[in-house]
Amino acid sequence: MPTLTIDGQEITVEANTTVLQACEELGIEIPRFCYHDRLSIAGNCRMCLVEMEKSPKPIASCAMPVGEGMVIHTKSPVAEKARKGAMEFLLINHPLDCPICDQGGECDLQDQAVAYGRGGSRFDEHKRAVKDKYLGPLIATTMTRCIHCTRCIRFATEIAGVEELGATYRGEETEIGTYIEAALTSELSGNLVDVCPVGALTNQAYAFSARPWELRKTESIDVHDAVGSNIRIDCRGAEVMRILPRLHEDINEEWLSDRSRYAVDGLALQRLDQPYVRVDGKLKPASWDAAFAAIQARLNAMGEAKGERIAAIAGDMADVESMFALKELFTALGSRNLDCRQDGAKIGGKHRGGYLFNSTIAGIEDADALLLVGCNPRWEATLVNARIRKRWLAGGFPIAVIGGVASATVDLTYKYDYLGAGPATLAEVADGSHHFAGVLAAAERPMIVLGSGALARDDGAALLDLARRIAQDNGMLGGDWNGFNVLHRAASRVGGLDLGFLPGDGGRDVAGILDGAGKGEIDLVWLLGADEIDMTALGQAFVVYQGHHGDSGAHRADVILPGAAYTEKDATWVNTEGRAQIGRRAVFPPGDAREDWTILRAFSAVVEQPLPYDNLQQLRRHMAGEVPSLGAIDVVAAGDMGAFGMAGSVSAEPIVSPVGDYYLANAVCRASAVMAECSQLYTSAGGAGRAGGATGTDG
Amino acid sequence: MKRVPAPPEQQPGNFAFTPENLALAKQHIAKYPPRRQASAVMPLLDLAQRQHQNWLPRAAMDAVAEMLEMPRIRVYEVATFYSMYNLAPVGENFVQVCTTTPCWLRGSDDVVGACKAKLGIDFGETTVDGKFTLIEVECLGACVNAPMMQINDDYYEDLTADSAKAVLEALANGEKPKVGPQNGRHASEPAGGPTTLHAYTGDG
Ligand code: SF4
Ligand code: FES
Ligand code: FES
Repeated sequence: MPTLTIDGQEITVEANTTVLQACEELGIEIPRFCYHDRLSIAGNCRMCLVEMEKSPKPIASCAMPVGEGMVIHTKSPVAEKARKGAMEFLLINHPLDCPICDQGGECDLQDQAVAYGRGGSRFDEHKRAVKDKYLGPLIATTMTRCIHCTRCIRFATEIAGVEELGATYRGEETEIGTYIEAALTSELSGNLVDVCPVGALTNQAYAFSARPWELRKTESIDVHDAVGSNIRIDCRGAEVMRILPRLHEDINEEWLSDRSRYAVDGLALQRLDQPYVRVDGKLKPASWDAAFAAIQARLNAMGEAKGERIAAIAGDMADVESMFALKELFTALGSRNLDCRQDGAKIGGKHRGGYLFNSTIAGIEDADALLLVGCNPRWEATLVNARIRKRWLAGGFPIAVIGGVASATVDLTYKYDYLGAGPATLAEVADGSHHFAGVLAAAERPMIVLGSGALARDDGAALLDLARRIAQDNGMLGGDWNGFNVLHRAASRVGGLDLGFLPGDGGRDVAGILDGAGKGEIDLVWLLGADEIDMTALGQAFVVYQGHHGDSGAHRADVILPGAAYTEKDATWVNTEGRAQIGRRAVFPPGDAREDWTILRAFSAVVEQPLPYDNLQQLRRHMAGEVPSLGAIDVVAAGDMGAFGMAGSVSAEPIVSPVGDYYLANAVCRASAVMAECSQLYTSAGGAGRAGGATGTDG
Repeated sequence: MKRVPAPPEQQPGNFAFTPENLALAKQHIAKYPPRRQASAVMPLLDLAQRQHQNWLPRAAMDAVAEMLEMPRIRVYEVATFYSMYNLAPVGENFVQVCTTTPCWLRGSDDVVGACKAKLGIDFGETTVDGKFTLIEVECLGACVNAPMMQINDDYYEDLTADSAKAVLEALANGEKPKVGPQNGRHASEPAGGPTTLHAYTGDG
């Protein structure tokens, strides 16, 4: 533990700390461009120069490890002159186009030029100009602004795991790009915009639309997958302008998956902004009262046993509060036909450990072997995948895959051993006859991750049982380590399972509801944002669609109740780890649309079964009383591991990932023009073809 | 001058080493420890360029990347970094005239003028018959025989406007001019003849 002196203050730090990090520990700010906490050290911008006694020239503090007895000056004339010099060099070729640059107002170069630069330039020659590069539909480039910090290259290479960006040519001719002008094939490419310290890489979808100081910033939660990434929603007036990641070390670190960042335009398109009632086969705008009356009339027509004849299905983006209210409403109406598993996953029940990602996302870094079953994490949970890659890069982390990806050639951004496509291989691992069983047995903290593709099959319960046995037999459930994990992809799923939005005793699950509707045994189906079921199977049933987008559910509906998208409500979601998090309303829902729980509360009064809460606080208190875990925000409680899954025979069918198209996974994405362009480019036939390869279009 | 890659219509669809070059490539790779085969990228690019009329199409870089199991961009970085790799077609005779200070002091301006006049092209251009490409380069390490130019693998040194023209003339006629100093001296011996006793007695 070396001790050094920085600006007259002594500090003792871990060996291998850099001078810059030691300065930060003392709260001394060191300007930097190329240095980034989560990337390797490049030491090429020279902005972090400081004076070190006994050194003939200033040192790059980001790249200099601390040494015993070092004496550092960060504010001495030498240091200040060095910074001014570095800044002057950086600005030599940097255009003076801040007024038309999207980075303006949140630009490291701008800020640091003001704080550490000279007042003016002494450079009278021509500045160089660089052709802009094509990096795909998500990133706008203005390469003349690039200062060659190489952060983007390091991000793509190290974090995103796609070695496609590089620095070509040299010296004054250096250019950053792919050289071949091809779109980056990463689902994390939007983060390049964040790592670029200048305006060279900016958000294409947000180009020239706002200035940072005009934006209202709301901290919220992402619901495009079940990761629960923390986000910041930037709005101007009633419009969501952009979405940025927010730091959460245990979930998304400081990254965000492209779908979550770039589907914003979908929030304003295809919106349901007023109630509709189907009259003579056509959906006609209606008032809330008329819409409620139409549903009530249908209910009344069913007479006494209506509980048996009604059902509710919750979609993948539903929030906990509205599912809770819907469950209570249906219970009050006497129905047990509830399900939050649109895909028919064979999961749920009172043992929480059976459906959670128990190791936790950050816990992946502690694991020492991994078996992925029936999932393509790159598409189903991009940031979980990034964590797996991070762990893999650290070394000593054998990874094996069973199903989920079409073949061993699918790029998950790390090397893996493709054991096979079907349940038979899983059974071999379970009975110990497969060689990878030995790897798991030898590991101290092995993990198994079961994807939703495996659970949604007819033999899902048997696969769950096999996975559980593998966990049990390989020391995954011992002591302080739980290596049994289910990777969900629907933001609503764990919350729905937690509060028991599931068929009650003798109630019908999704398949039963569809079957009943087809046979005329179910008369009314309430879809809470459920778009990914087979609408044609609903037969003659009266369909109430409560949701925010005019997607397949709304097309089939007899009554549409316009709800709020995730950016428009204060609501809770529980991520795949079982971590409840609160999203906050950034803008109001459009037109007549309302926050979802209030719609249900209002309807409950119409049918004279008023729900016992008049505001969100009351609802939450009530809900936390029933399901305490939903009241504990941002905590991951260890899931209990009672009996779950069911031994049974498995089919020989390969296990496929349910995500056919990363960019079109839900109604918001399907409304987004940006996502449509990406889908066209990356996943449709003839596109660049990325990870994945499963078929089907459900989310 | 920046080397602009050949446009797509000039890029061949694929590239494969000839059996002889493949054998040479394997020799280069074998010089490095296992899993360090990427170290062979420069000699392999050079082989590819020699095989392909003295320029490196993208297909060749991709072939090298695949052979060395490197991401393609890492090969593009190397190929663009070193000015010795040509990214677009060049003439049969690739004339590189040094204009760095020592050569310049010794009259490289005349050499450049003679080349331009003789070939009828400017720097960065290729003659219509495809025989010559002329470029300007930085020091090629032969300052002791300044001024000089390099044509393909050969150095022509101690040039004057006339001797430069003569070299180009010979090449244009399909002859093989004598390489090295063009003013009669041997290698980089003192210009006025030997100045030591040993040299005088001829045994040194
Ligand atoms: S594009 Fe941005 S991140 Fe990439 S090297 Fe240039 S300045 Fe750095
Ligand atoms: S931050 Fe140290 S050299 Fe760039
Ligand atoms: S300056 Fe021309 S060879 Fe060195």
